[in-house]
Amino acid sequence: MSTIWLVVVITGVGTLALKAAGPVLLGGRPLPERFTGVVTLIGPALLAALVAIGTFADGQKLVLDARVLGVAAAAVAIRFRAPVLLVVILAATVTAGARAIAS
Amino acid sequence: MAGETGERGYRHGVTASLPLSVAVFGFGVSYGVLALSIGMSGVSAVVMSATTFAGSAQFAAASVLGAGGSAATAILAALMLNARYLPLGVTVAPWLEGGFWSRLLHAHLMVDESWAIASEGHGRWNPRVLLAAGIGLAIAWIAGTVVGVVFGTSLGDPANLGLDAAFPALFLALLAPQLRTEDRTTTIGDRRIPASPQAVAAVLGAAIALVLTPFTPAGVPIIAAGAACAIGLRRRP
Repeated sequence: MSTIWLVVVITGVGTLALKAAGPVLLGGRPLPERFTGVVTLIGPALLAALVAIGTFADGQKLVLDARVLGVAAAAVAIRFRAPVLLVVILAATVTAGARAIAS
Repeated sequence: MAGETGERGYRHGVTASLPLSVAVFGFGVSYGVLALSIGMSGVSAVVMSATTFAGSAQFAAASVLGAGGSAATAILAALMLNARYLPLGVTVAPWLEGGFWSRLLHAHLMVDESWAIASEGHGRWNPRVLLAAGIGLAIAWIAGTVVGVVFGTSLGDPANLGLDAAFPALFLALLAPQLRTEDRTTTIGDRRIPASPQAVAAVLGAAIALVLTPFTPAGVPIIAAGAACAIGLRRRP
């Protein structure tokens, strides 16, 4: 099996297991309080890491390039509550435009 | 059982999820395009949208693979982002009826949006609203992915199009609503920090990832950033 299909299948099965653990296995029992505090913070921590890596990492190097401009434009659009598709298109367009001007 | 019963519950689920479905469709288009840009086939992207059915996790897996990360790191990053579905599933569990397959179907159709729409307050959830909203959102997400995959094949080199910047922009768009919280202070041990726990976790997560980038294989810094959520352990309710 290729790497991509391995990721597709295992992520799919794992996600369904996470979603169904409560409804199928636990019935109506609640989760310990300590645990929920941690789980709600995994999202912000990982998403911020993905933003940082996607903006500054080039392989194992940290660089400043045209992506910074695109992500900055996206941040402004998000500030004004623009729809996600618009945010994505704006980031790509600004980055591509900066590259075209630089080259 | 919840107040809204029968057809009214289903209808409410459909009407409440319609505006969100438009946004989810657009999100699906970007997933289809970006999945192709990192070398996924159109079929695998659509299959992942139908089975995993969780935007941020699918983008994270694609992003790790695109950066040259291994299958294991991509899977771990995606599943860590989906860990929130464990507590969400626990909240709806008491309100579901029926046997194993019915519960499994409701669980699969539970995403952030359908979960929020089905919430009736005071810890109650309406399973009919959850089902109807979930089906609407799933159709929008899968259809969007199909359109993105079809459209994406006619696009050129991803770097020329700035698609590499589209990934972090998208994660920022997903992060922003999670930072809009009521909490204003975080207590770690005896220290009080004038920012929400979500914001502190985000800053710590980004810092961990950037510091580790030069020293670890692709994908590992993102998983390690998850350690930032440990600040939630000492949080007082």
